[in-house]
Amino acid sequence: MSNKLNSSMSLAKPDAADLSTKQKLAVGLGLVGLFILVLALLNLDLPNNAIFLTVSLSLITLGTILFANDMYLNKSKGIKNDGVWFKSISSRGTIAWMTGIVLTSFYVVLYFYEGLLGAGTDGAENTGLISLFDPLSQLLSGRPASQWFVYGTLYTIAILAFGYKFILKYRHNRYEQIRTISVMFFQLAFAFLIPEFMYLMNSDLPYYDLKNVWPLNYYNFEQYRVDSFINGGTIGMAMLIFGIVSVFIITPILTFKFGKRWYCSWVCGCGGLAETAGDSFRQLSDKSQSAWKIERWVIHSVLVFVVLMTTAVIYTYLGYDADKYWLTRDVFLFSVAGFLTLVFVLTMIFKRNELGKDAKFGAIGYFVIIMVLIGMHLFSSETKLFIFKAETLRSTYGFLIGAIFSGVIGTGFYPIFGNRVWCRFGCPMAAILGFQQRMFSRFRITTNGGQCISCGNCSTYCEMGIDVRAYAQKGENIVRSSCVGCGICSAVCPRGVLKLENDSMKGRINPTEILLGNDVDLMDLVNQK
Amino acid sequence: MEHIVIIGNGISGVTLARHIRKLSDKKITIISAETDFFFSRTALMYVYMGHMKFEHTQPYENWFWKKNRIKLLKAYVEKIDTDHKKLHFANGENLNYDKLIIATGSKPNKFGWPGQDLEGVMGMYHKQDLENLEVYAPNNNVCKRAVIVGGGLIGIELAEMLNSRKIPVTFLVREDSFWNGVLPEGESKMINEHIKNHHIDLRLSTNLKEIKSDENGRVKSVIIEETGEELACDVVGLTAGVTPNIDFLKSSKIELGRGVKVNRYLETNIKDVYAIGDCAEQHDPIGNRRPIEAVWYTGRMMGETLAQTICGNRLAYKPGHWFNSAKFLDIEYQTYGWVFGKKGRPEYEQHFHWKHEDNTKCITVAFHKDTKAFLGINTFGIRMRHEIFDKWLTDKRDVDYVINNLAEANFDPELYTNYESQILAAYNNQLQTT
Repeated sequence: MSNKLNSSMSLAKPDAADLSTKQKLAVGLGLVGLFILVLALLNLDLPNNAIFLTVSLSLITLGTILFANDMYLNKSKGIKNDGVWFKSISSRGTIAWMTGIVLTSFYVVLYFYEGLLGAGTDGAENTGLISLFDPLSQLLSGRPASQWFVYGTLYTIAILAFGYKFILKYRHNRYEQIRTISVMFFQLAFAFLIPEFMYLMNSDLPYYDLKNVWPLNYYNFEQYRVDSFINGGTIGMAMLIFGIVSVFIITPILTFKFGKRWYCSWVCGCGGLAETAGDSFRQLSDKSQSAWKIERWVIHSVLVFVVLMTTAVIYTYLGYDADKYWLTRDVFLFSVAGFLTLVFVLTMIFKRNELGKDAKFGAIGYFVIIMVLIGMHLFSSETKLFIFKAETLRSTYGFLIGAIFSGVIGTGFYPIFGNRVWCRFGCPMAAILGFQQRMFSRFRITTNGGQCISCGNCSTYCEMGIDVRAYAQKGENIVRSSCVGCGICSAVCPRGVLKLENDSMKGRINPTEILLGNDVDLMDLVNQK
Repeated sequence: MEHIVIIGNGISGVTLARHIRKLSDKKITIISAETDFFFSRTALMYVYMGHMKFEHTQPYENWFWKKNRIKLLKAYVEKIDTDHKKLHFANGENLNYDKLIIATGSKPNKFGWPGQDLEGVMGMYHKQDLENLEVYAPNNNVCKRAVIVGGGLIGIELAEMLNSRKIPVTFLVREDSFWNGVLPEGESKMINEHIKNHHIDLRLSTNLKEIKSDENGRVKSVIIEETGEELACDVVGLTAGVTPNIDFLKSSKIELGRGVKVNRYLETNIKDVYAIGDCAEQHDPIGNRRPIEAVWYTGRMMGETLAQTICGNRLAYKPGHWFNSAKFLDIEYQTYGWVFGKKGRPEYEQHFHWKHEDNTKCITVAFHKDTKAFLGINTFGIRMRHEIFDKWLTDKRDVDYVINNLAEANFDPELYTNYESQILAAYNNQLQTT
């Protein structure tokens, strides 16, 4: 076997994954753009921030666009996964690890050492990387940039540029194209531009990305925000009311009609980044049953945590006296307990059969915890709620979940664990939407009778780690709380087996033993018991 | 406890084992010489193309088998002694069974071409073929050109595989249009074009004469029958169909034809010995079906059926309406009911054909020219709902009904452009002119 390549020696199979000259050029342009950012980071005094920022961001965007053009436009329309597992970046090779480490370090600096990025403290001028972004921030909202503005700008550029790449990659698939245009729009308009313009109109209002719904936006009902909403006149009140309405009315209605995908893969910014910049990593999610078990424990724990934390935070800034304001601590606490009890009881009455054994244990367990903690409050002192200080809960949540989980692990580890780690294991919003999707939604992925050949493309490319094939090969519809409805399983299926759709609730979950296409009598005999 | 032994860990044998386990507590052993665990043969191509890793082709996690008390044995069965209900393995060991199921699948056809056993000549069926291909065609430096012989479903998959690594491919097809023994003319021609658009050197009406060897016993070139042309190449893929993998049974008392002869109950001539999947040959074909069906779905259905028999509910294999699917490079193909190409088409079968102007989508609807009864549909580039067509075939709908209600059967992803109104207009148009 003299001709056998020493493929075991290299992490990638370079022969199959070689970049074309144009692609190398495009990567070069993008790297120059990034290099300018590095120069700024190193506090090199660039002569004209506005020009260098424009050049840098343009090069990054242009590089991505040229790369995508060369990669997809010369080939016929269709699935473009050739060599995914041979490329270092998309198969946990050296480049993937390096990218992961760089991204992770960036998040650590962003969250905990913003000084390194050049954030000016106590009114001092920005320096370094952040000062590079001052001109753009001044242009949009008339104030100097912050590390969050820098992050937001880069985040938006990533979604736009890689969104373009994604659209080309799936240019035979209108569902993917329109969905991607949607996430690009919501990121650019709702997350990036509108909050800046709102600041221009009324600088007392807090930053509010309107599509960012509690509990993803876990800090939305903290005292300083609620105060400024209330003091912010009609617009402020409207924003506060919208924040509450979007949790309790808009979200459930849309999720009932379309499944959680309306949010997770059409609107959400975290989802937006995962679907665009993170698309090359979707195959890295863990499909094992043990990962699914861990997922259910972790994500629901985060949900319990955020509910307790938010309740605690709101509770502590409410008063005791019903004459001053109707919403007192006790009214609030009993409303929360009442609401949770209502949800719990209704689920147990109407959706018992749809809860697996595990889910039932989980629901009972967590419900008991909440009840116990509320009980403890009755015996706790004035400054403390439950057993902790509310402020401790809040800062712990912000650190563990808001920063470490969603940022450092969630995005920094894209190239290692896949692009939806946060959405799958951590996002409390996804937990709520998923619960509803499983129990009370018209959405499902329909399996096309007996057409599945168990090839496994669907499972491999499911970013949420759902073993789609396990359902498809049984002729069973996929109704899973974690499914974000990205539609890639359906796209990569070579036999046309999967279709995302909204239909009636009846017959949505349909386990079968014998698949369509066999003896009618046998199907009746076995499937009806 | 009754010991059920299944030879072959493909879709047929594994489906059977799973269903026996659901229905009973019998002792189950699956024997395979190919791999430790069940994998999806149809997905081997995606491993070579880098879409998946081999472990992704395994539908069940490795703990599944132990948990379900299905014993997996890696061994090669050399001889079967049905008198003593005993299997003899190549390693000298043996195993007793109470009931034996042969589910050994197929092997690639070789038609006695000179040079067909040279190094670098391979089929694309077993996992070992994939490993071979990695050796002889890892890239286009090692493999400057590959020649594929035989224009069927495996042939075009192999062409797509090699194409993904930018290895030039010459595709020799005996017929004068791709797969036109099965596909009607319009569809077959559309696929010809599609193959050429992928820069695959498609040679129609072309046969292989011989494969030439270099001094080391490796493929050097092929000679074409019709023209005598010599094509230099490093790999030859033999994909001219498959044949039951039953050579090891020749010394046994089990009745063989091309495959293992079975009756409707999938029973062989020997008591307690059954055969399912690609290697089973019906004494009499079922309906329009071939006596040997080398199709994923039929293997699975035989497994589902035989599990009932083995667990005490003796049941005949009665497959429902025919269906199948495939993918030709970027074009998906589905079929429901019967649509014949030129070969073997009954005289009463008439076709309505619609093709989209972009040459990647078309449908052919077959119907009875007198009664207008709907017989079947082929669709390319448009997904259809199995359930609806199954129902329409059972309900014996006529062609008018089917064309007018086609939207109900559409299974394309949401937001896709639909072509039902175009199809209906074309149908009305063609009907008026005929």
